[in-house]
Amino acid sequence: MAAWVAYKATQNVRTFVVVGLNGLTLAGLYFVVASGFTLIFGLMRVVNMAHGSLYMLAGFFAFELQDRLTGGEATSAFGSSEAGVGDWVLPLLGASLAIGVIGLVMQQVFLRWNQGQELRQALITIAISVIIADQALANFGGIAQELAPPSVFPDSVNIHVYALNYPFFRIFVLSAAVAVGLVLWTVIQRTRYGMIVRAGVDDRDMVSALGINIQLVFAGAFFVGAFLAGLGGVLGGTMISVDKGNDTQYLLIALIVVIIGGMGSLGGAALGALALGLVDSFGDVYLPEGYTNYSVLLIFGMLVLVLAVRPLGLFGRPA
Amino acid sequence: MTLDRGLRWGPGLLAVVILALAPLLFSDFYLSAVITKALWLGIAAVSLIFLAGYAGMVSLGQVALYGVAGFTAANLVMADGGSKVALNPWVATLLGLVAAVAVGLFLGAIASRSYGIYFLMITLAFSVLVYFFFAQVTQLSGFGGVNNVELPSIVGNPLQEPARLFYIALVVSAVVYVALRYIARAPLGLAFQGVRDDPERMRALGHNVPLLRAVAFGLGALIAGLAGILSVWWNTRISPGSISLSQTIDVLVIAVIGGLYRLEGAWVGAGVVSVLENWLRGVDLVGNRFNTVIGTIFLLIVLVSPGGLVGIWGSATRTLQSRTSSRPAGDTAVPPNEGGSHALP
Repeated sequence: MAAWVAYKATQNVRTFVVVGLNGLTLAGLYFVVASGFTLIFGLMRVVNMAHGSLYMLAGFFAFELQDRLTGGEATSAFGSSEAGVGDWVLPLLGASLAIGVIGLVMQQVFLRWNQGQELRQALITIAISVIIADQALANFGGIAQELAPPSVFPDSVNIHVYALNYPFFRIFVLSAAVAVGLVLWTVIQRTRYGMIVRAGVDDRDMVSALGINIQLVFAGAFFVGAFLAGLGGVLGGTMISVDKGNDTQYLLIALIVVIIGGMGSLGGAALGALALGLVDSFGDVYLPEGYTNYSVLLIFGMLVLVLAVRPLGLFGRPA
Repeated sequence: MTLDRGLRWGPGLLAVVILALAPLLFSDFYLSAVITKALWLGIAAVSLIFLAGYAGMVSLGQVALYGVAGFTAANLVMADGGSKVALNPWVATLLGLVAAVAVGLFLGAIASRSYGIYFLMITLAFSVLVYFFFAQVTQLSGFGGVNNVELPSIVGNPLQEPARLFYIALVVSAVVYVALRYIARAPLGLAFQGVRDDPERMRALGHNVPLLRAVAFGLGALIAGLAGILSVWWNTRISPGSISLSQTIDVLVIAVIGGLYRLEGAWVGAGVVSVLENWLRGVDLVGNRFNTVIGTIFLLIVLVSPGGLVGIWGSATRTLQSRTSSRPAGDTAVPPNEGGSHALP
């Protein structure tokens, strides 16, 4: 497959660069979404099946907020996109925090007293995702919406490779993903809180026996995990769009990323997101003419390959 | 003892009598839209319950497998007024089932080394991938799906003679139920249950655990495939919407409402959901928010009784018995690993 991509690359380097950048920026978005999913699972063994729903809800929340803030200027399909910095940053923070709180409430009300019952917790989050999907359809309709990025952002930037111009916001998302990754890594590896989280992943009971309030750690981690889904939803809603099917789509993305990378591993999530983003992007363009709609099979093949060699994912460890 | 037997066999006998006479008791619309639908949905759900209860594999891939059977069969017969192959509908049905089993065995082989929640996630990912596959590949389906599928002559026209398809679905349901009950007590079924309870020990006893799990999954795929074929006959079409995540969740909801560890629960759950769906559509109370109601019921059942409605019935009858007899009450909750044993304590 790599040889085929290399062959295609030599034929048209410009396409290769653009498609590669598309894959990288997509991977950035996938990483933001999947990192929250894997964080929650790694620490609590909770598979949050409502993660995609939280992603979608954040996009709709942010869209509504921006709509109110700009009086419909920035969000109208024909508008000249006059969104101030605040008109984008406020919805970003507002929606992500709201989603974080929703996640926290979900964990405290429904999941906290079912700890250790993995299947039951997964079923609970599935039930919640059914309700969210239906309510989102009722309140936000079934039309794809797009958030307007702040108008101080340029539309595209010159990346100084073959004098190509590339959409600025996609690069912004990639940088945001790198920043999220670095912050998470630093917190988990270098701070006291991170030390507790790492210890909690390895042995919950022992941490709790040492006098640490593990419930507080769980609540915090669930908030952060849901917040990241929200952050991804707003970034994705601006970079691509937010639509009623996004809950399924991003749940699948989070699942594939962590199945490939290994549940609970941040590095695995980064690698999985990279693999999925690149395969997604190159598959759509480089498959032979007339077969580009078979790109799903590439992802499927990747999944099968990883599972055949490492059933727990590339960086997965047994629980 | 009569109360004992009555509680145990009564509901089943009543259901059999009502179902046998259903075409006389209900309108054509109700028979087709509610009862026949509940029967094939029940078959889809029982494939999940069988895997969950007897093999310890909670699979969210059953809807994808019934999609494989349905799409294969629908693509091989006359549909949309034309087809490249146009096979006999029975041959196409057989090939559809073969395709479902083949894909099931393959997925089973891949996923069989993963357990518990990992298995659930892997099968869910497969399921959504199959959905996107059929949604994108216009040569096989595309978003519009395959319409006006030619049916075997025995089915007739499901709109004009709904009783025919009803009896077919009833017979298939009964055969599936009896066969699964039989397999559960046969050596193969006992091996599945051994793997469910303790894979390590089964390995030590010389069993090939991944193979057993893959075979169980293939068997589940066959049953799911039957549901897929019936769904194509019932709809006379199949589209990616028939195998979307919401359909996967619907089948899961049915299985959980019925009780994830009892075979008969599949049809109980399907019946409840189907009747409820039909009733709620006519009630203006909730408007179009049917899924919110179902989601809430699902949530309540998962929170209150993991054994579902059949589990609630079981604990209710046990409480009743302990009041009327001097025997100790025993454990009133349905043990999560009870699986095959239907004997009351």
